[in-house]
Amino acid sequence: MAGLALPAAGFGLSFGALADATGLDAVQAGVMSATVFGGAAQFAAVSILEAAGGAAAAITAGILLSMRYAAIGLTVAPELRGPLWRRLLESQLIVDESWAVSTGPGGRVDGRKLVGAGLVLYTLWVTSSVLGVFGASLIGDPERLGLDAAFPAVFVALLAPQLRDRRALAASLLGVAIALSLVPIAPPGVPIIAASAGVLVGWRKP
Amino acid sequence: MEETMTAWIVIGTLGAATILLKAVGPVVLGGRELPERISRILTLLAPALLAALIAVLVLGGDRRLVLDERLVGLGAALAAAALRAPIIVVVVAAAVATALVRAL
Repeated sequence: MAGLALPAAGFGLSFGALADATGLDAVQAGVMSATVFGGAAQFAAVSILEAAGGAAAAITAGILLSMRYAAIGLTVAPELRGPLWRRLLESQLIVDESWAVSTGPGGRVDGRKLVGAGLVLYTLWVTSSVLGVFGASLIGDPERLGLDAAFPAVFVALLAPQLRDRRALAASLLGVAIALSLVPIAPPGVPIIAASAGVLVGWRKP
Repeated sequence: MEETMTAWIVIGTLGAATILLKAVGPVVLGGRELPERISRILTLLAPALLAALIAVLVLGGDRRLVLDERLVGLGAALAAAALRAPIIVVVVAAAVATALVRAL
């Protein structure tokens, strides 16, 4: 658990700092972390706002990056029992790390582990996001400090572990090709959303 | 003020959508399974989008592709990620590398 806690805190601090550099305040960063609770989606949305890609592209990218949680939610559904309000709350603790930590051999999920890990990660995530905003205001001019290079760095760190899978690698290459070819001809934000067509490499069974 | 409104629209909409996405399985569909193809495709959204974000944020300019000091930051990030450094180290490495090149 400690192995997850420190990176989560560092990740959250980074989010708070970059949210601040984009012009968000502590309340906005905190609310975002409390409702979206997903690093990739949050960073994607904020980075698109930062690049003046528009609200629609920011929202769409965030939603697309969170869609796998719908699939995960279906997988863990049999493990989350109880009244509706409890299933609703516990489902919000789904995130890549809480799911990874609670999935055993054969893909069986331990509901209690997911909720336990989820609660710790959630608390760390929201708290460090808010703290990151305050910390960032102590640092100074974002561009001079190279913080605009920080967004792509976050995505590199998130993407790297996934590239061991050949399909994921193919999807990312196709996504890059689509996005870059559209940059000269499409409005900001559109190239990134269009890149989601890269998933079509997964159309056929492996 | 306009920008704050935009930010809140994004936060509110994305927040509500994520809550729904995570809840739909346990609250509504409990136990039913997604067809394998759909599940596979949903999982591939992350690598496709993350890679596109990297490419556009590093090479994107005003309706054109640009090569500049952001590439140095990307190099530093790739090196740190290859060394399995924690995310915050990858971020700081990229930021420091870019800032140094900018200062030259």
